[in-house]
Amino acid sequence: MSTPPEPTAPAKLAAPAEPLLEVKDLRIVYDSPRGPVEACSGVNLTVRPGEFVGIVGESGCGKSTLLFGIAQLHSAPARIAGGEVLFQGRDLVTLPRKELNDLRWRELAVVMQSAMNALNPVRTIGDQFKDAILAHEKWPEERIRERSAEVLSLVAIDAVHLESYPHQLSGGMRQRAMIAMALLFTPDLIVMDEPTSALDVVAQRSLMVQIKELQQQLGFAVVFVTHDMSLVSHFSDRLLVMYAGQVVEFGPTRAVFDTPSHPYSKSLLDAFPSIRGPKVPLTGIPGDPPNLADPPAGCRFNPRCPVVKDRCRTEVPELYTVASSDAVSPVLSRCLVHHPAEPLGVPLAADVNIPIVPEVQSS
Amino acid sequence: MTPLLETKDLSRHFKVGSKLFSHRLLHAVDDVNLTINEHEIVALVGESGSGKSTMARLLAQVYKPTTGEIRFQGKDVAQLRGRKDQLKYRSDVPMVFQDPFASLNPVYKVSHGIKRGLKLHRPELDAAGRHEELLRVVTAVGLNPPEEIIERYPYELSGGQRQRIGFAQALAYRPKLILADEPVSMLDVSIRIGLLNVMAKLRDEEGVSILYITHDIASARYVSDRVMVMYGGHVVESGPTETVLADPQHPYTQLLLSAVPDPRAPLEITSEAAKAEPPAVIDPAPGCRFRARCPIAVDQCMHVTPLLQPLDPDHKAACHVTAPASAGAAAV
Repeated sequence: MSTPPEPTAPAKLAAPAEPLLEVKDLRIVYDSPRGPVEACSGVNLTVRPGEFVGIVGESGCGKSTLLFGIAQLHSAPARIAGGEVLFQGRDLVTLPRKELNDLRWRELAVVMQSAMNALNPVRTIGDQFKDAILAHEKWPEERIRERSAEVLSLVAIDAVHLESYPHQLSGGMRQRAMIAMALLFTPDLIVMDEPTSALDVVAQRSLMVQIKELQQQLGFAVVFVTHDMSLVSHFSDRLLVMYAGQVVEFGPTRAVFDTPSHPYSKSLLDAFPSIRGPKVPLTGIPGDPPNLADPPAGCRFNPRCPVVKDRCRTEVPELYTVASSDAVSPVLSRCLVHHPAEPLGVPLAADVNIPIVPEVQSS
Repeated sequence: MTPLLETKDLSRHFKVGSKLFSHRLLHAVDDVNLTINEHEIVALVGESGSGKSTMARLLAQVYKPTTGEIRFQGKDVAQLRGRKDQLKYRSDVPMVFQDPFASLNPVYKVSHGIKRGLKLHRPELDAAGRHEELLRVVTAVGLNPPEEIIERYPYELSGGQRQRIGFAQALAYRPKLILADEPVSMLDVSIRIGLLNVMAKLRDEEGVSILYITHDIASARYVSDRVMVMYGGHVVESGPTETVLADPQHPYTQLLLSAVPDPRAPLEITSEAAKAEPPAVIDPAPGCRFRARCPIAVDQCMHVTPLLQPLDPDHKAACHVTAPASAGAAAV
């Protein structure tokens, strides 16, 4: 347990050519009294079996909306205005409620942002695990206990805590208990919405390592939403950068970090101080994400962009494949300046399986 | 030179346990000696449960110390008598809170809180003077245009803007020292830097000192002049920020540093220590509080509490292994 993720593990998962999850041109709209607000404008995303995909962006960029759309957890005033969410070949958007319920938790589980709020404070952890199991299976009492203890031990929590109430656990343990709960039926995909944001750096780091280890042990895929780009740098295989409801860059994590193709990715990357090397003054990203009820004309990032050109204010950039990127796992970008585009013609590399695992070096 | 604020063996214990006559004591802060000079940002770094927020509350006089004293500009704070002196201290040492969504009253415009503070702490100003000062502090924290911002309600501002209002509020009192308890941890990474820059600007242009409490040692490096690392209620290492981070001596400081996510560096091996959690320090026996997670603990750590030893004049660490008492004595 003390070693970092093994670089070899995802390779064995590389066999199936079918993507596990395929989001096609998903548009999610919030109906407001002043007209519809599009928080997700035509998002395309593929997740391969066993893959770890990070989704990053600032607050208000639509990343949580996208995640709710994937899990079909959105509620009014949000609605799906178009597109498909294909999970194991079935379109979740049109899937009848009953079939959707069958599939949830068993094959697709969700871990929410704040474990404080996601766990019921007046019931024990064990009781809440039992509820989740009984919603899907008629298991006898012993089997429920056995399985609950088993998943808790996966996240290194002692089974005695099945009798504990949430307040008796630390923040890190609560968040791990949530992950254990998601693992009850060993799903194929776990969707996580900023699971580490309430934790301090040490607990955060240890949770990330644990998620990665579990993923390699059990083989599930992860879609991980965070505003902290540096957090996923060593853990995700591919990285999707969202801005103002759109994908602005999507590609292998290392490529996005080492040679960001969109100025927004670069700005996000430059926004946090380093603990190594010379101390450089940073500026962060000036301004705020745009109001999605009235997004800027042209490129949506143009009012905050450090390399903005005139044409960015009028011309709407399309997502295109960055020519210099890897042919099998290409980088997609949406910037007029950085790369005069050949518009996106190729599929989103769903059928290629190159394990992109961060380099692990011992120090 | 007298430091702006110093604490001498400051401790705060809390009674815990549900029994009526429980005598179990939680040692939240134990024997902390802290000095903050003028025009200086001192970072207090540690995990949740290390006692750093208790320190802020002790300095803000929310809690009374169990033992030890706090000296502000050379005077013992416990000796302050009467409303006037108390008010003076509170305006000299205001606090900025962690959650900008909870710390502003949602039913008033943002000018309300600042103006109330001005009325209370700076009675010499008339209405026009207060308005002028209001605009000045809002501009000082980088909110533009100030005339427009002060007319807004908190819900009309983003998290970063709200937290700037928090600093403007503190700044309105003409403070000497601002206690900032995790001021950026609730904000998006992309706007944190802006606020850290505001803190540096307040130090450079307004001449205030700041106690910056955080668990993020990278942001501490970015903005602070000196750093103190706390673990389980003890200060385990302190010194000029660059010195400490370039050459951390205490294994806990090393752990904190290795936990910072840094895409520019390779992933470091996670030690078992990273997985454990800080202890609830209830009725502690002597010994190093980090010993259970420490990769280099020796026998002595089980029985003897290590004291801060100077490694060079400013850099101190409390560790039997990396900063043994004899070596420290030799260095002095």
